[in-house]
Order: sequence, then structure tokens, then C-alpha cells
Amino acid sequence: MSSANSQQTGLWSWITTVDHKKIGIMYALAAFFFLVVGGAEAILMRTQLLVPNNDFITARTFNSMVTMHGTTMIFLVVMPLSAAFFNYLTPLMIGARDVAFPRLNALSFWIFLFGGILLNFGFFIDQVPRGGWFGYANLTSLQYTPDLSVDFWAMGLQVVGLASLIASVNFFVTILNMRCKGMTLLKMPMFMWTNLVTQVLLMLSLPVITIALLMVTFDRHFGTGFFIPGEGGSVILWQHLFWVFGHPEVYILILPAMGIVSEILTTFSKKPLFGYSVMVYSSCAIGFLGFAVWAHHMFTTGLGPWATTFFSAATMLIAVPTGVKIFNWISTVWGGRIRFTTANLFALSFVAMFTFGGLSGIMHSSAPIDSQHQDTYFVVAHFHYVLYGGAVMALFGGIYYWFPKVTGRFMDETMGKIQFWLYMIGFNVTFFPMHFLGVQGMPRRNYTYAVDQGWDLWNWVASVGAYATAVGGIVFAINFFWSLKKGAKAEGDAWNGRTLEWTIPSPPHEYNFGIEPTVTRTDDFWYQKYSEDGKKLQPPKPEKYDPNDIHLPGPSYWPIILAAGITVAASGFFVQGIGLYVSLLGIAVVVVSVYGWSFEEA
Amino acid sequence: MSAHMETVTGVDNRKFAMWSLIASECFLFGTLIVNYFVKRNRGLEGPTGPEIFDINLTTLSTFDLLMSSVAMVLALHYCRTKELRKMQAWLGVVVLGGAIFLGFQWYEFNHFVNLGLKLDTSVFGSAFYMLTGCHGLHVAVGVLWITSILITSLRKGEAWFNDTVIEVAGLYWHFVDVVWIILFTVVYLFVYI
Repeated sequence: MSSANSQQTGLWSWITTVDHKKIGIMYALAAFFFLVVGGAEAILMRTQLLVPNNDFITARTFNSMVTMHGTTMIFLVVMPLSAAFFNYLTPLMIGARDVAFPRLNALSFWIFLFGGILLNFGFFIDQVPRGGWFGYANLTSLQYTPDLSVDFWAMGLQVVGLASLIASVNFFVTILNMRCKGMTLLKMPMFMWTNLVTQVLLMLSLPVITIALLMVTFDRHFGTGFFIPGEGGSVILWQHLFWVFGHPEVYILILPAMGIVSEILTTFSKKPLFGYSVMVYSSCAIGFLGFAVWAHHMFTTGLGPWATTFFSAATMLIAVPTGVKIFNWISTVWGGRIRFTTANLFALSFVAMFTFGGLSGIMHSSAPIDSQHQDTYFVVAHFHYVLYGGAVMALFGGIYYWFPKVTGRFMDETMGKIQFWLYMIGFNVTFFPMHFLGVQGMPRRNYTYAVDQGWDLWNWVASVGAYATAVGGIVFAINFFWSLKKGAKAEGDAWNGRTLEWTIPSPPHEYNFGIEPTVTRTDDFWYQKYSEDGKKLQPPKPEKYDPNDIHLPGPSYWPIILAAGITVAASGFFVQGIGLYVSLLGIAVVVVSVYGWSFEEA
Repeated sequence: MSAHMETVTGVDNRKFAMWSLIASECFLFGTLIVNYFVKRNRGLEGPTGPEIFDINLTTLSTFDLLMSSVAMVLALHYCRTKELRKMQAWLGVVVLGGAIFLGFQWYEFNHFVNLGLKLDTSVFGSAFYMLTGCHGLHVAVGVLWITSILITSLRKGEAWFNDTVIEVAGLYWHFVDVVWIILFTVVYLFVYI
């Protein structure tokens, strides 16, 4: 065990850290890196589609860009960025010193990072996955994709999924088991509730894709025919398995964003969250219904009238809790003393953009309309409105909101607002015209189009919007690095906040809380500062404590070794000839590190 | 560390994590079972299930696995009453039961391959081997885990009565056992419906 005073720095301390705050920061940095990669892929695609009959990139490259843009943005940007917030904030918001299993937490991060590299490994040998982010059978079969690209995709996702699974168990236990005194479930911050529901969704949906990807790997390496019709396999089964995972996945991406927005809006409106308990029940309802709507991705496969009716109705039903949330956010802001900070602008834009995306989503719930929209740009517009206008905007809001807590400095508001407007305008200019392109019949994933098809104008407009967004991204990067060095100093309670993370200094001590907090109600910290009728109260004097009495789990190098072992075992599938031995070596490393881990004095 | 901390629910973190993992595993095996149901009558070549399943043999191996679960309960009991020899003996029985089950499975797989059903013979065979193989892998991990616990106990003697560790391993072992009861029903008994 290390004493709380022995602050460690240097690369080795990051590699062996089990501190949830450092792990959270590493998650965020990795996500930023992959955001640049995924963004560059998007820009390449939009440049190809700028004018008709363009030959900027080949059809094959375009397919790779479509596939890797989707896969990267979902699994390597939005999920890890959410994980960064989970990591950094969960213990702070529930008043704990760390997560339930600090070393498992480090393991999750390293597995995620190595899995992300594995997923992108095809770039080094020009065998980039190109079967779509949902890898429909039988495009992934050996017959139609003889090179290794599908193996990178399947094994990369397998490894990244394992990271999320371990993290989900860890955070589920942390939230339920490690809350501070007085924080009953219905006194938790809203972000912790959406966090909790997200972990349940991850826990229950990931095993489905694990098995489905394993079946793809078996089909390709061991001669089975799970998804090969000629051998009695079923192509549609892949779609079912993929979307049984894939639809909860959509809520895995959006629920953390909803929680972040709830925190930001309450702080900058100086009002408690409207209808807190209804928000909680809505989150749970979304989580539950999220498992009952997967086949709305498959209306055109011919499910039969009963299944179509059921999934159509379930999809319309899920709009109810979502709509409840939107009205609650509006009511939260209503009548508040609103501060239009960059964080708040991003949060407010989330509500508007997510509503747009939600509305086109309800259109898709009608099977006949969906049959017309299937595989057109209308669908592309829809899911970018919910995942980009929704999730990504909220995550950026979260970065501006919690940056002072993490670094002790504010991000620059002027640059922040320039980025916000570039993003907001650029995003809408890119994706709103895609609705038109969609109903005009432009199909997704086509690498080019002809002059006389009438799609020139809106494609050109969409591409220009994408460039504006890219400039916004550069502004963000400049702001980020500038603010790290020169940003205005932030106090512990940087924004006049309401939740426990604002009660401690910015950046927090390694041990988070000197004295473990006790709460009596939701937004307890706010009511220590203000009375019910808004009068400022004298805050109680902080109690004295001795940091040397606080014991934290010591650093460990086993997580990174174990993660490396898992990655080596998975990469055996890419190596010709000696692949089996590579995998066995990886498994040996796994076994050794599991025992090393168990006998380590934690 | 987590082991010695008071928790909000009163349930040890590790035990809570195991319950969560079990929830996750339900979906893992659920997916495999669905796949098996889709594929079991679609094999185009090779023998089919009813032609090769030997219900007597599988009943015996099922009984063996069930009994090892009983041994696990007794091992936990004697851990709590701090009777070292009895605890170690029953842990040994658990390991033995698991190993015998794996032996049965090894024999069964070999037997089926000899009858002409390999992993890549038909989708029925692929789904069957993947489902029962995944379960077998879980049994193997359990055997390894409980062997490690037994060795720890043999080395540390009276100083080591960690009933949480044994309980968590027991939870896993009982779950693997329950999964087998379901597999026995849907794979071997459904043949008769």
C-alpha cells in the first residue's frame, strides 16, 4: 500500500497506475486520438463526395473509410470518452476514494487501448476492414473477404468488448456498493443513474456480440458455416445477433450523454433537475425497452406481420420515456438564471439536436416508411443527429464543464464559443441536407454518384459543413493545449456546482476526499451553500484530517501485462503458420499474470 | 482494499461482481443456445443428434457434475466451521468431479468425431461443439480456480479460512452446473420431444 502523500509522476506511474482519475484522463486522451483518426476518415469521404464522379479515393478505400469511421467513432471515441467521464467522476460523485476494483479498472483501459490498435492494424498492411461497421454476413465470409481485414475487425471488437465488459461489472458494483453515507439510490446525481443503466446494458448486450464475432471467426478459421447459407447457415441470424447487441449499444452511447447534460443544465440554470425521479424511471425504461426494439433495423428482411408490428410498436413506445426526458430538461432550464457558458451551449444544443434525431427516429419506427428509408442518406442523417448532434455535443459540453475540475484551469470561453458555433453550424450544414438526399434516393456507402442524379448541390453543401466542423476541431485542440498552460485558475467549486465533486479542490487529491462525505438529500452541496429560498448560507468549516492516515491501493504492472497477453492471444489469428503458437504464448502470459495479480499485495 | 471494506449493500464487492458476471454469462449461453436451436435440424451432412447422443453416458456425467456442486456446498460449510481437513477434502472432491466431467466430455467428443461428426461437418455439429465446448471451457476454468484455492489452503493451513473466496468460486461453480442442467435438457432431452 502506498501512503496518500507519495505523489508519483513519470511515465511508469501512468503505466502502473490504478487511480481512477489518471485512468479517466488516459481514456480521454486515447479517445481524442481516435477522434482525429475517425474525423480524418469522415473528411476523406466527404471530399470524395464533394463533386459527382470524383476519383479522390478508390471505391475500396471508400468502403474502408465508411467501415472504420463508424467502428472508430462508436467503439473508440464515444464509448471511451463516456468511460473517461465514468472513471473520473463516478467515485467523486458518489463520495468514494476509488472504484470497487482499481486494478481491474486499469486492466479495462489497457485492453481497450490494445484492442483499438488491433482494430486499426489493417492500415499498416493495407487490409483495412471494409464490410460496414455492422459487418453483415456473408460479406465477412472467407469467400467474399479472403484477406485479413475481417479478422482485424472481429478480433479488435472482441478485445475492445472485453474491456467494456470488465469495466461494466466494475462500475455496476462501484455505484451500488461504494456510495457515501446518506446517498441512497434516489439521492444520486442524475449522471450516476444513467451511468448505472449503461453498465447494465453493457453487461447484458456485450456477450451476444462476443458469441456472434466468435462465430464469424470460427467460420473463417475453423471451417464452420454458421453464416454461410450453402452449408445450412443463416445470414439473417447475424443481423439478429448483431442488433440484439447493436440496439442497446445505441443507448449505451446516448445515456451517458443524457446524464452529462442533466448535470450541466442544472448547474447553469441554478435550479434542481425537474422531475428527478421521473428522469430516473425514464432512464430505466429506456434501458429495458432498448432490448425489445432490435428488429426495427431489420424490417426489410421480411420478419412477417406479427414481428414487424411488435417491433414497430415497441419502437414507438421507447419515444415516450425519451420525450419525457426532453420535456424535463426544458422545464429544468425554464425560469432558471441561465449562464450561457460554452458547456451550457453544448448541453442546450444536445437537447435540440437530439429532438431532431429522435423525430426522424420515430419516422423509422413505421415499417412501411422505414422500407423507403432503408440504406439511404435519410438514415445517415438520423443517426448522426442522435449520436453526433446528441452524444458528441454532450460529451464536448462535459469536457468544458469538468476541465477545470481535472486540470485546475478553465478552458478559454471565447475559443470555446467559436468551436461551439463552428460545430453547431457545420454539423447542421452537413447532416440536414442528408435528409433531402435520402428522400431523393441517394443510397448510403456509395463511393460516387453521377452528374444527372440531382444530388450535386446537397452533397457539396454537406462536404463544406464537414470542413467547418474540422476547423472547429482544430480550434478545440488549440484551446485544449492553451488552457492547460494558460487557462484561468479554477477553484474547487469552479461553476457554483451542486454535486460532490465540487466540494474538493481542483485538481483533486489522489485520495479524493480527506473525510468521507455524508449527504442528506439530492444536490446536498447546493443546500449547504444556499437555503431553500435562495439565501446564501455560511458554509461549514472543513474538518481537519491527516493525509498520511489515508491508504490507497498500490500501483501494479499486472494489468498492462495481462492486457498484452490477451492482445497477443487474439493476434494469433492474423499470423500465418505459427498463429497457434502466438495465441498459446498469449494465453500463457494471461495465466502467469492472473496468478501474479492474485498473489500481489494490493 | 475492497476485501475488507464495508459496502452499502452489505454484500462483498467480489461476490457482487460475480453475480453481475453471472447475469452477463446468462446472455452468453442464451445466445449459444439460440444458435443451437436455429442450427440443430439444419445439418446437411454427417450424423444428426438423435443418431449419436448416448443418454446413459450423459446422464452419468450430469450426475457427476451435480454431485461436485454438493461437494462445493460442503466445502464452504466446513470453511465456515473452520474444519480444515474436511474443507480440503471436499474441495478435492469438487476438483475431482469437475475433472471427471471433463473426461466424459473428452470421451464424448472423440466418440462423435469417430462417428463422423467434426466441428466443420455440418452446422449442427458446429453449433453443438461450440455450445458444449464453451461450457466445457467454463468447467475447466472452474477446476483450475478451485485447484488453486485448494493449493493455497494446503500451503497456508489453519491461517487461511477465506470463506468469501470459496463462496465466490462456489457461486461460479453452481452457475456452471445450472447451465449444464439447461444444456442437458435442451440438447440431450429435447431429442425425445
